[in-house]
Amino acid sequence: MLVADHLIKDFGTHRAVDDVSFSLKSGEVLGFLGPNGAGKTTTMRMLAGCLEPDIGIASIAGHNCVQDRLAAQSRLGYLPEGAPSYPAMTPRSFVEFGLRARGFTGQLLASALETALERARLGDTARQPIATLSKGYKRRAALAAAIAHDPDVLILDEPTDGLDPNQKDGVRALILEMAQTKAIIISTHILDEVPAVCSRAMIIDAGRIRFDGTPDQMIRKGGDGTIETAFRSLTQSVKAAEDAA
Amino acid sequence: MQALKAVYRRELLAYFQTPLAYVFLAVFAFAAPAFAFYVGRFFDTNRADLAPLFDYLPWLLIILMPALAMRSWAEERDRGTLEFLMALPIPLWASTGGKFLAAWTLAAAALALTFPMWIAVNYLGSPDNAAIATGYFGAFLLAGAYLALGQALSATTSNQVVAFVLGTGACFAITLAGLPFVFSALGDAASASIAEFIADLSALERYNAFGRGVIELRDVIYFLGLIAASLAAAAVLIAERRGGGR
Repeated sequence: MLVADHLIKDFGTHRAVDDVSFSLKSGEVLGFLGPNGAGKTTTMRMLAGCLEPDIGIASIAGHNCVQDRLAAQSRLGYLPEGAPSYPAMTPRSFVEFGLRARGFTGQLLASALETALERARLGDTARQPIATLSKGYKRRAALAAAIAHDPDVLILDEPTDGLDPNQKDGVRALILEMAQTKAIIISTHILDEVPAVCSRAMIIDAGRIRFDGTPDQMIRKGGDGTIETAFRSLTQSVKAAEDAA
Repeated sequence: MQALKAVYRRELLAYFQTPLAYVFLAVFAFAAPAFAFYVGRFFDTNRADLAPLFDYLPWLLIILMPALAMRSWAEERDRGTLEFLMALPIPLWASTGGKFLAAWTLAAAALALTFPMWIAVNYLGSPDNAAIATGYFGAFLLAGAYLALGQALSATTSNQVVAFVLGTGACFAITLAGLPFVFSALGDAASASIAEFIADLSALERYNAFGRGVIELRDVIYFLGLIAASLAAAAVLIAERRGGGR
């Protein structure tokens, strides 16, 4: 459903993503982990068709994200980093804009809109300007826009960042609810989220994949049975090697 | 086409969801007649036409059109919504065209707010209504050219003030190019053919022809060409961002 094939991206002399390859099937939820600046967002932006790889191919549902961008993006829901939205719009009009841009009209538009607002649990806030909403509701509005067209692939860049514990539970429940029929990538710094929602974990650091396996396999890498230790040992070994070099 | 309609609709609503459209329309409705009455001496000319209005409109449009266009891409870049837009399965011509048409619609509404002056000259005398209509058509095309230039320059920055200054500068440049003092100054410094070429780029000369009631196909093509070229430049600049500075 989603393929990253030897992706490389440079910004000037800095190699942000260095030969990243993986694929994701429908029904899989991939926890995309890594320290800040590891290359997670750059990889996700290439998969979302927002950034073109210098080398390699990103594809969604068999469509090349560069050469066949519109077809690839029509099968994709993307929540960019920081969940940007238009502050003067209401969540309802924001989601409606995304659906109209995707060609939804009439009854199909109305039912997709209602379903998305309900799934994101926006309630009465759906009719308030986004500028007046809390960070959690702003994120839910952007999430509603990402899922409204019922895409096959979801790429969610830190979907639970800034949410309170109840809101985090709500988003995790929503991801699990959608996981059966979609391929989902979520990037997160909240490591507890990985065993709770993901069927697969991947660690990227300095632009390269350092680990790819199940959350249980990742936890075992730590030695003390915690995911935090596993994360530290998998990423700090890279830093130590770089410092030594 | 569905995507273009969606972007057009969103952009037009966005103008009215903030004070921008109301302030813009109010300023235009006040400033355009003010120029005509006080600078153009509307009543002193003793002529039943709208020349005092059309003579000063370009100078008002030079300021107000870049103000309308400055947000088009700079705001998207500043707020991060450009990434949301770029992840939608819509071609760039649709987002560029939708943004432009929404701003042009607002410009048309602003021009329509000066129609009471048209009614007034008909009440006071017997103007050449066909010439006034072509004058409005010229002003509409000029506003479109300024908006498209402003949008292209808005795509170069994430700062709206910078976009406004660049847009105003570009509009000044294509307007001033046709003024006699620029032509003669260029004539001294450059070869006659270059000076003539630059004067040919002038929007003002072509706009003035519309005010005299003359619609030349080449003038219409000039304005539509300028709009198309500027929007294409905006689309290329935004498309370049997918390359990530490659």
